[in-house]
Amino acid sequence: MKNFSLVTSQDRSYQLAIWEQRAIRVVLTACALLSVAITIGIIVMLMVHCRYFFLEVPWPQFFFGTKWAPLFEPRHFGVLPIIWGTLLVSLGACAISIPFGLGIALFLSEFAKPRTRSIFKPIIELLAGIPSVVFGYFALITITPALKIILPQTEVFNALSASIVVGIMTIPMISSLSDDAFRSIPRSLREAGYAMGATSFEVSFQVVLPAAISGVIASIILAFSRAIGETMAVTLAAGASPKLTLNFLESIQTMTSYIVQVSMGDTPHGSVEYYSLFAVAAILFFITLFFNIFADFVLRKTRISYI
Amino acid sequence: MARHQENQDNSSQSGFLFEESTNLQRRRLLATLFRRTCRAISYLLVGMVCYLLWDVFSDGIPWLSWDFLTHYASRLPEKSGIKASLFGSLWVIAITITFALPVGIGAGTYLEELMPEGKLKDLISLNIQNLAGVPSIVYGILGLAIFVRTFNFGTSVLSGGLTLGLLILPIIIIVTRESLRSVPQSIRQAALAMGATEWQVVKYYVLPTSFSGILTGVILAVSRAIGETAPLILVGAVAYIRYTPDSPLDAYTTLPIQIYNWVGKPKQEFHELAAAGILVLLAIMFLINLVAIVLRQRKQKTYI
Repeated sequence: MKNFSLVTSQDRSYQLAIWEQRAIRVVLTACALLSVAITIGIIVMLMVHCRYFFLEVPWPQFFFGTKWAPLFEPRHFGVLPIIWGTLLVSLGACAISIPFGLGIALFLSEFAKPRTRSIFKPIIELLAGIPSVVFGYFALITITPALKIILPQTEVFNALSASIVVGIMTIPMISSLSDDAFRSIPRSLREAGYAMGATSFEVSFQVVLPAAISGVIASIILAFSRAIGETMAVTLAAGASPKLTLNFLESIQTMTSYIVQVSMGDTPHGSVEYYSLFAVAAILFFITLFFNIFADFVLRKTRISYI
Repeated sequence: MARHQENQDNSSQSGFLFEESTNLQRRRLLATLFRRTCRAISYLLVGMVCYLLWDVFSDGIPWLSWDFLTHYASRLPEKSGIKASLFGSLWVIAITITFALPVGIGAGTYLEELMPEGKLKDLISLNIQNLAGVPSIVYGILGLAIFVRTFNFGTSVLSGGLTLGLLILPIIIIVTRESLRSVPQSIRQAALAMGATEWQVVKYYVLPTSFSGILTGVILAVSRAIGETAPLILVGAVAYIRYTPDSPLDAYTTLPIQIYNWVGKPKQEFHELAAAGILVLLAIMFLINLVAIVLRQRKQKTYI
């Protein structure tokens, strides 16, 4: 235990402590500013490389073109097919993660016994910790063969198995955040509902869910944003054929799997393909940034206090 | 009057009492169905997780052996192992930790303890929150442009480690801030009242008190970095390496990359090798998390 008492401003040790504080402040400020530097670095790096890209490819062709074939002649740089692929997988993932995530969150916060809860919680956390390449294995080795049995026309690489694993991956996100939101609602609100004669279904949907709606919506937006940025599972499961399709059983390509495909090959530094990485990454970055800020906004603006 | 009023603002007060009795039966049935569905969904997920894990186990266990751990990757499945990727992972993580740990804890401490309130602090906080949500592959692109090209580290362990360091930096900052926030204000005030400088308060009281909390968070961040694949593909981790790295500037491969490579091959044996690799990866992550749990439960200085 340090003895701080009886120090005066003339004391040597006091002076030393002041200098130490000044020095450490400078070092730690630098650490904190590094995080800002990373963001600026990402944006500047993307912009600089995009400039080179758009010198070669006119931007209307990039943003409105419907054919994406950057790696072989004749080249086409229409980004819509891979954006569509990303959306298809992410929406498919949400179709799984929203009902599952909310069902689990409601079960854990409203119906489960404390003991059941204490078993389920760690399992869901475990699920959140499994690396994405492992989900890629699940998709390709376990889920796709199973799908083929049910739907024989399923291709080896297909959007459906990618959607399923990305959905499973994002369940913990929705269930944990929504569970937190449900549990922050005071018990008295539920009891008021039950005292009025409402059933558990009515309390869940007319009391709990509306009261926690901002947390629930934020969790869904974050899960969607995570699904958009998901890479390895999608690359392994969905294949590499960019197309505008609604058929989940076909192979598609997402923005992230395009980036992986290019970087797995020998792309010469400075070529159009190389710069196309940055253009695609810029779209990815700004889409996810938008959703993250949106989720934050939803949480801030619509938070209701029950105290 | 019952059903029609449910869309009113105060939906929780919408006259449940006045339902007719057949309606009541229907509502009760609906409630029971709903409860059962929620429970079924939860058990279904747990069952699915168990099935997937069991699937990996049954495929991978026969391939797990000492040879698997001590051989390099090969064209022949029987002779393949994960020596290079295991060492590569260790090297990358070592660099990630040396970079991200001090910087992350430093930044978190500064933001939570020393930084004056204001616009700049809010801005940095929001920025860190958003950085944590940036897809990992974007960090890979950043690493490619900055470490591989601009700093000219090439496709080396150093580039990979620093890239993953950037990736987990926001996570470490966030967990540091959270555990510092749980230290009671009275400790700080007591020390300040005794004439300690702000930094002395942090150094002698706040950081030691929150040590195990920070460590737990850091360990979780590191286990995320161990499983990360996409950014390393971009900064050039290659799968065919038949040596272990000797210096930070050597080429490397990591365990997740090796798994990715094996999963992508058409032959059944390589899929089983991938399953064995996954088992090793999960075992490492499990051990790391076990350390976190032990540390969390270890007796620490408490001030309550």
